Order: sequence, then C-alpha cells, then structure tokens
Amino acid sequence: MEGDSIPLRQPIIHKRSFNRSLKDNLSSYVFLVPWLLGLFIWTFYPLVYSLYLSFTQYNIIQSPKWIGLRNYFVMFIGNDEFPRDERFMKSLLVTLHYVVVSVPSKLIFALAVAMLMNQKLKGIPFYRTIYYIPTLLGGSIAISILWRRLFAGDGIINIIIRQISGGRLDPPSWLSSPEFSLYTLIILTVWQFGSPMIIFLAGLKQIPTEYYEAASVDGAGKVRQFFAITIPCLSPIIFFNFVMQMIGAFQSFTQAYVISGGTGGPVDSTMFYSLYLYLRGFAYGAMGYASAMAWVLLVIIAAMTALSFKVSGSFVSYGSGK
Amino acid sequence: MNNIKHVNNINLELSHLIIILLGAGMIYPVLWLFFASFKEGTQIFSDPGLWPKPWILENYSHGWTGIGIVPFKTFFLNSFIISAGCVVANALACSVSAYAFARLEFKGKKFWFAILMVTFMLPGHVTMIPRYVIFRNLGWIDTFKPFVLPKFFGGDGYFIFLMVQFIRSLPKDMDESAIIDGCGKFRIFTRIIMPLSIPPVITTVLFSFLWSWDDFMGHMIFLNSPEKFTVPLGLRLFLDSSGSSSWGAMFAMSVVSLLPCFVLFFSLQKYFVQGISTTGVKG
Repeated sequence: MEGDSIPLRQPIIHKRSFNRSLKDNLSSYVFLVPWLLGLFIWTFYPLVYSLYLSFTQYNIIQSPKWIGLRNYFVMFIGNDEFPRDERFMKSLLVTLHYVVVSVPSKLIFALAVAMLMNQKLKGIPFYRTIYYIPTLLGGSIAISILWRRLFAGDGIINIIIRQISGGRLDPPSWLSSPEFSLYTLIILTVWQFGSPMIIFLAGLKQIPTEYYEAASVDGAGKVRQFFAITIPCLSPIIFFNFVMQMIGAFQSFTQAYVISGGTGGPVDSTMFYSLYLYLRGFAYGAMGYASAMAWVLLVIIAAMTALSFKVSGSFVSYGSGK
Repeated sequence: MNNIKHVNNINLELSHLIIILLGAGMIYPVLWLFFASFKEGTQIFSDPGLWPKPWILENYSHGWTGIGIVPFKTFFLNSFIISAGCVVANALACSVSAYAFARLEFKGKKFWFAILMVTFMLPGHVTMIPRYVIFRNLGWIDTFKPFVLPKFFGGDGYFIFLMVQFIRSLPKDMDESAIIDGCGKFRIFTRIIMPLSIPPVITTVLFSFLWSWDDFMGHMIFLNSPEKFTVPLGLRLFLDSSGSSSWGAMFAMSVVSLLPCFVLFFSLQKYFVQGISTTGVKG
C-alpha cells in the first residue's frame, strides 16, 4: 500500500477536484430537477407516445391497433379502400390561407401604428394602452361571441354599412357565406396587433436619431429613410415577431370554434387545422389519426420556422443598430 | 425654417388625429359590448350606437343565475381556482428553473437551454393526446389537476425564458460577495436573486393568469361535468343552449368574464409593457 501511494498522489488530487466539480454540478442540477422531470414526463414521453399513436388506430377505449402509415396515407394519397380525407387538405389550405393573410397584415399594421406613435406626441402611453386592449381581451370567448353578433347578417356591422351607404349597399351575411367567413376571423386576428406593436415601438426607440439626421442631410426622403434605416434596424425584431405570430396562427382554435359554433362551417371555410384535429380526436374519437395530424403540424411549423431562419439570413442585420 | 417647422407641426397633428380615430375604431367593439350588456334585447339587435335607452340591469341578474342547474358563480369560482393554481405553480417553478439556467454552472447547460427554447415553440397538439391518456389513467379527467400540477414541474418554458433574460442582466457582484461570505446556492436564490426579480415574476403572474383564464381547448378536453365548468365553457354553454334568445345576458356575462383581465391590466400596466417589450410575449 505504501509503495502505491506515490503514483496515486496525482489521481487523488484529481479525484478531489473532480469530486468538488461533481458536487457543484449536482447541487446545480438540483435546481433543474423539477424542470427536467417535467420535460421527460410532460413533453418527451408524450412526444414519443404520440408518434407511436400516429401509426395506430386508437379510440381510447380499445388499445391502439398498429396500422402502419395508413393515417398518413389517408391524409395525402388515398385509394379506393382508404379514400383520401379531403377535409384534411381543406383544413390545411384554410389554415395556410389564414396564416398567409393574417400574419403579414397584422405585422404591417403593428409597424405602421408603432411608427405613428414613435413621435413627440402627448399621451402616447394612453394610446398604447387603448391599442393593447384588443390583444388583452381578444383571446377570450367573450370577444369571439361579440364577433359572432357584430358580423351576423343582421349584425351591427351590416347596420352601419347600410346606414353609411344610405341603403344602397346590401352587405352579405359575413359569417354564413363561405367567401367571407374566414375574413371575419382574419379581421379579428389583425385587430389584436397590440403585442407586436409594443415590441416594434420599443425597437424604434432604440434606433439612434443621428441615423435619420445624417440621412436627411444627405437628401434622403422619408420613404428612402424607411427602407434604408428603419427596416434594416428593425429586421431582427420583425423577424422575431413574424416567427412567433406564424407559430401562433397555425395553432388558432378558439375563435374559429366559437364563431362557427364548433363546426368549422360554412362549408368548412373556417375549418382551422387545430379545429379539425380536435374534432377528429375528441369528437369522433380518432386519436391515432389526430396524433398523425399533430405530427404533420409539428413538421409544417418546424419547416416554416427553419425556412424563415434561412430566408432571414439574407436580410436580417444584427448590426450596430441595437 | 419657420415654414418647415409649420409643416412638421401639421404632420404631427395629422398623426395625432389618425391615432385618435384609429384608436376609437379599435376600441369601439369593446365599448359596444360593454354598453350592450345594459340594453334591452331589441336595442342590442338594432342599434350601432353606444348609449342604452333605457339602462337595465336584468341582463346581469338573469345571466348570473345561469342556465339550468349551474349558476354562473360556479364557473367563476372554478376559473379562479385554476388560474390561481397556475399562477402559483408558474411563479414558483419558473423562478427555480430560471435561476439554474441564468446563474448556475453545470454540464449540459447549453443543451438544455436549447431544448427549453424548442419546447416553447412546440405546438401543444403534439403532446395533447398522450397527456389526455396519462390524465385519464391517473383519474384526473374532470378535475382541475391537469391544468395546475404539471406546471409545478419546471413551469411554462416561455416564462422561464423571460426570467432567465432578466436574471442574466442582474450584476453578479452581490452573488460573488455572498459566495465569499459562505452563502449556498439556495440562499443566494432566496435572499438575493428573488428579491431583485420581482418585475419578471409579476409579468409571469399576469400572463399565467390571463392564459389560463382564456384557455378554451384545454378546459373543453379535460372537463366534462357542468359543475366543473370554467368561465369559457360556461359562456359556450350559454351560447349553445340559449342561442340568440338571450344575447343581453350573454353579453353581461361576457363583460363580467373580461373584468379580471381589465383589473389586472390596469393595476399592473407597467409590468405588462415591460414583459412584452423585453421578450415579446406572444399574443
């Protein structure tokens, strides 16, 4: 034992410092344990389980029955035995239509209002509050119920249109016509531009005024300044807002459910992806199919986010503007 | 020079006017809802104006007694229990997780932080059905547990992120001198970091409350008996069962359902704006 002590000396010191760092690591991990447990129980395990369920037929009462790729096959291809689910495609298209129109409109609106407010005006905090109220309340059932009343055939919007036009215009029943119903939801979404507006406003305040002064000395007009200074300086914020709003828009549910009375109608024109997923999984009890739909949604959102990051590389500048 | 100033002033006045008009247009639906809840049924259907003629309170008393066996008070109580639970769970759990990510050193921190960022971009639909199966096996369906208990495990990723951002911005001198004084990690957390992190905690409290208050899909999936229903489900029940016959009562209860959000928002506005502009809380 004595003879071994010299060669062991080095490892002993090593071991002690290793022990200390291990102890340090462990005592740090203690704070992370609840989160890690939650991550595995409520996120990782459900992810794996839903991937498994997506290859099965499952109605919660009987145990899952393996059917391979059939759920995905029915969504995208279909044959005589297992006809293609046309409502799936319809819901995907409706959702894409909604995302493509509502997200850019909301951001343009938010940026325009933020720029109006980023001036030396009295009462900006008050107006900011007013403009934020729709966002504060918009996610509630109450506002969706209100929307249903406002845009009804005999609703207030149509009464106003008739009054202003002196009865010459005969507006349609917005909610029960398939061409317009989706747009009432888009209006409801764009109306809630408060969050991105506040973020833009904070971003605009960060742009040094010298940039604009220098530009106007060089003879650049307002439009030129907007595209040469404002947009590049804000580009990281625009990008961030875009990604967050897009991810949110793909998952919209409440408004479509309430306004269409849970049907996605008329003629599936407001059948959002989430709504159809909910109906398949919980109203028709096709939980395997709904799981497959959830995974397709995940892939779509991941792909869109990755695409946004890729495209953003060419125009988002993280220069000295911030 | 004077001329330029003049033009600028006109521009400024014009901006001001646009802001006022647009703001009025934006707020009009909300005001209309508020006043409509005091109107008689016929006026609700025909009058785009705001002022009720006459003012009536029956909508409120009629709505509050509810439909069928369950009074609206029950829905409110249920919603409050769930939201309060979510608030407590998130405030506690998120600050612990955030402290670990923002201040402690451990192996794999970068990796777990990346995972955290991914989880709050993950659509909830992917985990919804397995969670339903888990809750069903645990016998949690038709109870409030599915909304609250999972949040004690680390809390919502979004709020963790918000707090991490904040805690990282705090100066490290105090922790360091506390370490020299022999303070452990837990005491640094409770005595130094938490007292300084009140703003993000309040933001977390606010948004946890609002999100759970407005949650509709979750409540619809996990609750099935009317006496367990929350405010969103109560309003839907109202809409389904009374159809167009009692818009007045429905509007009255809608206004009541929005009140807690208003109260929170106006009493803690500063934290709202802070929370949104520093991390861009979705909404």
